[in-house]
Amino acid sequence: MSNVLLVRDLKVEFRVAEGVVKAVDGVTFRVPKGKTVALVGESGSGKSVISQAIMSILPKAAHITDGEILFFDPEKPGNFYDIAKLKPESREMREIRGGRITIIFQEPMTSLSPLHTIGNQISEALHLHHKKSKEEGLELTIDMLRLVGFPNPEAAVNTYPFELSGGLRQRAMIAMAMICHPALLIADEPTTALDVTIQAQILDLMQKLQQKLKMAILLITHDLGVVASMADEVVVMYHGKVMEQGTLEDIFTDPRHPYLKALLKAVPRFNMKEGERLTPIREITRDQDSKFLAQANPREVLSEDDKPILQVSNLTKVFSTRKTSLFGSKPAGTVKAVDQVTFFIKPGECLGLVGESGCGKTTLSKMILRAISATEGSVVYNDRGSDVDVLAMNNSELFDYRSKVQFIFQDPFSSLNPRMTVFDIISEPLVIHNIGTQKEREETVKELMNLVGLDVRFLRRYPHSFSGGQRQRIGIARALALKPDLLICDEPVSALDVSIQAQILNLLKDLQKELGLTYLFISHNLAVVDYIADRIAVMCQGRLVETAPKEVLFKNPIHPYTKRLLAAVPEPNPDHKLDFDHLVSEKASDPSQWEAPFTINDDTKPLMLDLGDGHFVRVHEGTSVKDLKS
Amino acid sequence: MFSYFIQRLLVMIPTLLIVSILTFIIIQLPPGDYLSNQLQELKAQGESASAAAKITFLREQYSLDKPLIEQYAIWMGFWPGPNGFSGLLQGDWGHSFAYDLPVTEVLGDRMLLTFVINFSTILFIYIVAFPIGVYSATRQYSIGDYGFTLIGYLGLATPNFLLAMVLLYYANYYFGLSIGGLMDEKYLDQPWSWEKVKSVLDHMIIPVIVIGTSGTAAMIRRLRANLLDELQKQYVTTARAKGVPRLKTLVKYPIRMSLNPFIADIGNLLPDVISGSVIVSAVLSLPTAGPMLLEALRSQDQYLAGSFLMFLALLTVIGVFISDLLLAALDPRIRLTGGATK
Repeated sequence: MSNVLLVRDLKVEFRVAEGVVKAVDGVTFRVPKGKTVALVGESGSGKSVISQAIMSILPKAAHITDGEILFFDPEKPGNFYDIAKLKPESREMREIRGGRITIIFQEPMTSLSPLHTIGNQISEALHLHHKKSKEEGLELTIDMLRLVGFPNPEAAVNTYPFELSGGLRQRAMIAMAMICHPALLIADEPTTALDVTIQAQILDLMQKLQQKLKMAILLITHDLGVVASMADEVVVMYHGKVMEQGTLEDIFTDPRHPYLKALLKAVPRFNMKEGERLTPIREITRDQDSKFLAQANPREVLSEDDKPILQVSNLTKVFSTRKTSLFGSKPAGTVKAVDQVTFFIKPGECLGLVGESGCGKTTLSKMILRAISATEGSVVYNDRGSDVDVLAMNNSELFDYRSKVQFIFQDPFSSLNPRMTVFDIISEPLVIHNIGTQKEREETVKELMNLVGLDVRFLRRYPHSFSGGQRQRIGIARALALKPDLLICDEPVSALDVSIQAQILNLLKDLQKELGLTYLFISHNLAVVDYIADRIAVMCQGRLVETAPKEVLFKNPIHPYTKRLLAAVPEPNPDHKLDFDHLVSEKASDPSQWEAPFTINDDTKPLMLDLGDGHFVRVHEGTSVKDLKS
Repeated sequence: MFSYFIQRLLVMIPTLLIVSILTFIIIQLPPGDYLSNQLQELKAQGESASAAAKITFLREQYSLDKPLIEQYAIWMGFWPGPNGFSGLLQGDWGHSFAYDLPVTEVLGDRMLLTFVINFSTILFIYIVAFPIGVYSATRQYSIGDYGFTLIGYLGLATPNFLLAMVLLYYANYYFGLSIGGLMDEKYLDQPWSWEKVKSVLDHMIIPVIVIGTSGTAAMIRRLRANLLDELQKQYVTTARAKGVPRLKTLVKYPIRMSLNPFIADIGNLLPDVISGSVIVSAVLSLPTAGPMLLEALRSQDQYLAGSFLMFLALLTVIGVFISDLLLAALDPRIRLTGGATK
């Protein structure tokens, strides 16, 4: 089989003020014609540098010191270019770049210019590499947009990126990369920033286009689930070196290298045994006999029929959009972000809240904290025996409440103030709530650092000197400082690499046990929720559609939306590839398109029906339990 | 877009109204007025009652004997004065006591020249700052970048009038460019002719450079910082990955993005340049409006000062309006996301 790309003994160095960093150190691999090769590794393993070297868009500090990147253009048989030797601004290189080899980036939000229409940006690539008139260009652009699944391509050419959702922007990126019918597409973490359902659609689209246009794909990712569904061959990288490479089957069924084995063990899977732990690549070493643990005052793990710690009933949030005209602004319409949500959390349990972005999960969690006000409904918090109505609290009660309920944020980068030291960050809650003397606070902060497995010598450092996982641990330590009873974790691992994700998930699990915490764990990744949660609530467009204990939900999902979410999670197992044919299109997240008895529209208002065993599903009134279970 | 346009226009009305009230109050803040000062002076010189009578007449003529609010209303043209409705709204800019002429006549040519000088200065700032800023950003930490940075700091730190005097001397010494004034003296009272225009242009070179240096230096720094930010952005890499040549990438994407502050500055530059040019105009004895404003404020020549300040305010408001429209035309995010609230 002929190759499109052959990378041989490639070495790339970064020459920076601190010295020379070998980002890529002797990497050899190939990309066969029409096939997909996955380049797998954690952040910092050098996989993106390889993609930049192939495109010849390396940053100034980077230099290719050795090796070759041979590109065999199938349109010019017998000919090949050594990209490593071509000058980045030479005519040949410019023709290859964007014409014969194209790239899709990770961040659909930032990789398109906000000032130009997507039609302009897509056709630019076409006009650069092919002589076409303006009209032909427009026509081809519209065709391409239709091909990548834009609902109304004629109108879409004139839209600006900020008017589109993340999924549509990524489709526009793909259209831009495909319009010149490249021989090789480099996809650099193309779906990492997207929801699982959108991810499945984008992956599906890439495969369809690959078959249609007969091109090769170099897929760069850290997600082994995506690899299992997409790749023909796999290259595993670690610290700039190739650890292992082979066909998909070999890699997954017979991993040889310890790094690869460790990587495979770090990914949460659906069929994990009861009590099985993920093994992170680097285990956090924690001080087991921390004084904080001894002082902690765990709530006794309570029996089954105990009162819930949090009872949310009919909670609703309506946002009104405004239209500004000449004569002031007036309400133009309303958006129900959260619609009559009712659930409870028992003390010591972990409730997983699952749904796509924009379904109202974060709004819901903010209402529980009363960071935003609710339109109607009630939140009752059971403060060790005494019920308090969260929505009716006055300021001093609210102040008190907030020491009992804490929040862990999604983005470990923006949730820590870059101008505060770690000590200031972790001790701030104590200062605000005026707990302890300066000396006692120092003591507490040190214990917290031990608790999350960070060295106390780091206390004087600033957040920028920590990795994403370490920052997230600082965020966890801050949330624990006030010894809360309830932690709300809003996608705490979705910004992290798989190996780090396993660390954080294990840490959260251990802390829950040791400190007797209760979690509300919000995520769009069902596999992650499956690993950590006891019960799962599925949310779509502001409503809960199904809640059940996790074993029940995974064994017997009833609601079509839940089924769709489950189907969209790529498993790191080549025998269970994503079934693209049965992935329902966008319709599945539109409640009015769900089949009876699940349909929700203006006429029907389905209710939560009790199926037994704590399994509830939103169906039309009068639906029989037996019909659903069959 | 059209309603945005109308809205912006309508907003100008209350803005100007508030400015006019503030201007009037500030001018009236020092005790007395031009005529009472004049009277004091005359009395000190032992002048007879005839002068006092004339001043009383003037006081009535220009309604200085009325309460403040009424004076304001008459000046604006909301209220009938001794000559009926005749204020700013009716296009009557009032009367200058010091020159004993209508304000329009006093300002006339001076306003035109002020405008010409300031407009040229702004043009100079843009023409010089733009390429240097782009060069500095794309070749960050090169020798050229350091050089321009150094010159820029010098430009910011040197007082304008000092630079004016130095340049004045050397320009005359080496190039024979004339010193001071805005035209050769022989053209002073001549009607406009081609030669006169040429003389004006010759005389303008130094004032424009002097007034423009600090603005240019500040603009270079701002553009460089903006562009450096934009060059880091992912969409620049996307463009390069499409195979767009380097220069075209630069012009189409990051430079276009960093234009916004440039344009937003139009509104600010005008008053800046005018107030900054007062001292320079005094040093170079330019017949611009700056020194005259200073004199009018000092002698409490209230209608001259007031109308003048209003004119400046009008220029500023129009400048901001133009920059808003340009921004909306240039940046779809401003054009299309307006009116949405969180």
